[in-house]
Amino acid sequence: MARAVTTQRKTINTIIAWTIGLLIFFPILWIIILSFKAEGDAIKTPIAVLTSGWTLENYGVVQERSDYAKHFFNSVILALGSTILGLIIAVPAAWSMAFVPSKRTKDILLWMLSTKMLPAVGVLYPMYLIFIELGLLDTRIGLVVVLMLINLPIIVWMLYTYFREIPGEILEASRMDGASLREEILYVLTPMAIPGMASTVLLNVILAWNEAFWTLNLTAAKAAPLTAFIASYSSPEGLFYAKLSAASTMAIAPILIMGWFSQKQLVRGLTFGAVK
Amino acid sequence: MATQHSRSAARLMMAPAVILLLGWMLVPLTMTLFFSFKKYLPLRGDSLGNGLDWVGFENYVRFVSASSFWPSVMTTLLIVGGVLVITVVLGIFLAILLDQPMWGQGIVRILVIAPFFVMPTVSALVWKNLFMDPGNGFLAHVYRFFGATPVEWLSQASLQSIIMIVSWQWLPFATLILLTAIQSLDSEQLEAAEMDGAPIPSRFIYIVLPHLARAITIVILIQTIFLLSIFAEIFVTTGGAFGTRTLTYLIYQRVLESQNVGLGSAGGVYAIILANIVAIFLMRIVGKNLDA
Repeated sequence: MARAVTTQRKTINTIIAWTIGLLIFFPILWIIILSFKAEGDAIKTPIAVLTSGWTLENYGVVQERSDYAKHFFNSVILALGSTILGLIIAVPAAWSMAFVPSKRTKDILLWMLSTKMLPAVGVLYPMYLIFIELGLLDTRIGLVVVLMLINLPIIVWMLYTYFREIPGEILEASRMDGASLREEILYVLTPMAIPGMASTVLLNVILAWNEAFWTLNLTAAKAAPLTAFIASYSSPEGLFYAKLSAASTMAIAPILIMGWFSQKQLVRGLTFGAVK
Repeated sequence: MATQHSRSAARLMMAPAVILLLGWMLVPLTMTLFFSFKKYLPLRGDSLGNGLDWVGFENYVRFVSASSFWPSVMTTLLIVGGVLVITVVLGIFLAILLDQPMWGQGIVRILVIAPFFVMPTVSALVWKNLFMDPGNGFLAHVYRFFGATPVEWLSQASLQSIIMIVSWQWLPFATLILLTAIQSLDSEQLEAAEMDGAPIPSRFIYIVLPHLARAITIVILIQTIFLLSIFAEIFVTTGGAFGTRTLTYLIYQRVLESQNVGLGSAGGVYAIILANIVAIFLMRIVGKNLDA
C-alpha cells in the first residue's frame, strides 16, 4: 500500500486478526495438547488439563492396539498411488490440450470437470457391485483407481492451466531443431512444467488423503486408510480422549504441513483456474 | 502451426483420460438408472442373475412420497444454506481483515486455513467428543464454569452443531479464495474513494463487493456441490439421527442399510439431477474464463 499506515491501526489489526486466527486454529491445538496427556487428565477441565503432566504414552498405545502403522501405510499408498497414476494419464492429455488445441478442447475440459460433480452417493451401489464382481472390495488397488478417477479432472485441469503458461515458441524452436515428440516432452517441457506439476501432486495428495466417502464405503479391515480408521473410534469404550487425539494428530500432521506449502495452488486447483 | 501428425498424436494422448472418465461416468450411471426402474432387494434374494422385475416409475414415486423425503430435503437445504451464509459472510470479513497491514500476517493466514486440511472424519469425531460431549467436552466445561447446564449439542441442537462443524471446515476455503480475489483489487481505487470522502460502508458496497462478486459466486457454487454430498460428518456424529438426515444420507441408508437398491437408485437419480442444476451455473462461469 502506498500510503503510510499508522502503527496504532496496525496494532489493532494485528490483535483482531491473531485473536480470530487462534480461535479458528484452537480445535487443532487442543487435539495436539490432549494427545500428550494421560487419559485420566484429558477429560478434566481445560485448566486442569493444561496444568497436568505431559506424556508420550498415547502414541505408543495407539500403535500397539490398533495397528496404526498399517492404516497409515494404506493412506500413503492410496494418496501417492492415485496421484502418480493420475499424473501418468493426465500429463499427455493436458499437454495435447494446451499445445495442440482443437475446437473441441474447451468442451472436453468442461465435460471432464462435470464428471467431478457427479454425487458419489448416486453411484454407490453400482460401484459396490462392480467392486464385488471384480474382487476389488477392501483392496488398495481398487481404491487407488477410484481415487485417481475422482481426482483426474482436477489433475488434468491444473496441469492444463500450468502448461498454457509455457510459451509455445520454445516448443516450436525445439521442434525446428529436430527434437522428437518424446524428446520435446522429456527435455523441454518437463523441466519448465516441474513447479506446476509439483503443486498438482501436492493438492491431489491432500485431496486423496482426506477423501472420506469411498474410503469409508469400499474398505473394511485390510485396505482401510486413516479416514476409516479414525471413524472406527466413533463408538468408543471407556477412556479414549487422549488416544483419539494422538491418532488424530498423526493422521492430520503430514497434510497440515503439506497444506501450508500449497495455499496458492489450492485456490487455482479448487476453482479450476477461475480465481488466480 | 500444428501438423496433421501432431494432431493425431494429440488425440491419442488424450484418449486414456477421456476413455477412463467416460467409463467412470457412464457405467455406474447407467447401472443406477437401470436399478431405479427395478425392484431390487438383495436381502430378499433379488439379484442381477435371476433377473429383476421392472416396476416403471414406482421407485421414483415412492422415494418422493416417503415421509422421510421432505424432511431430508429441508435438512439438506438448511445445512447447505447455513454453511454458505456463515462461510461467505465470515469469509469476506476475514479476507478483508487478512489483507490489512499487520504483524505476522503469514502465520495468521496459516492458522485460519488449517482446518481445511483436517480430514472430515477427524474433525467430526473431535468436535463430537472433545468439544461437544455434554459430559467431558470442552464446551461443557466452559458452560459449567459459568454455572450453566451443558448443552447436549448433537441431540438437542444437532443441525446447528453439524452446520458449525462443516462451517469450520469450509471457512478456510472461502477465506482463501476471497483473499486471493481481494489482493487483486487496485488499492488506488480505494484510496481515491477515500480522498473523495466516501465512508467505509459505501467503499465496501460500491468497490470491494462488486470486485468480489465473481469470486463469491464461485465460492457459493463450488461449496454447494461439495456440501450437497457431505457424508462423513453425519456418518460419524449422529448417523442421520436427530433430524440430520440429508438427502445424501437418506440415499445411503436406502442403498446400504435397508438394502433397497431400486428405491435408493431412484433417490440417486434425483441427487444427480440436483447437482447438475448447480453444476450448469458453475460450468458457465468457468467456461467463460477459459475464453478470456
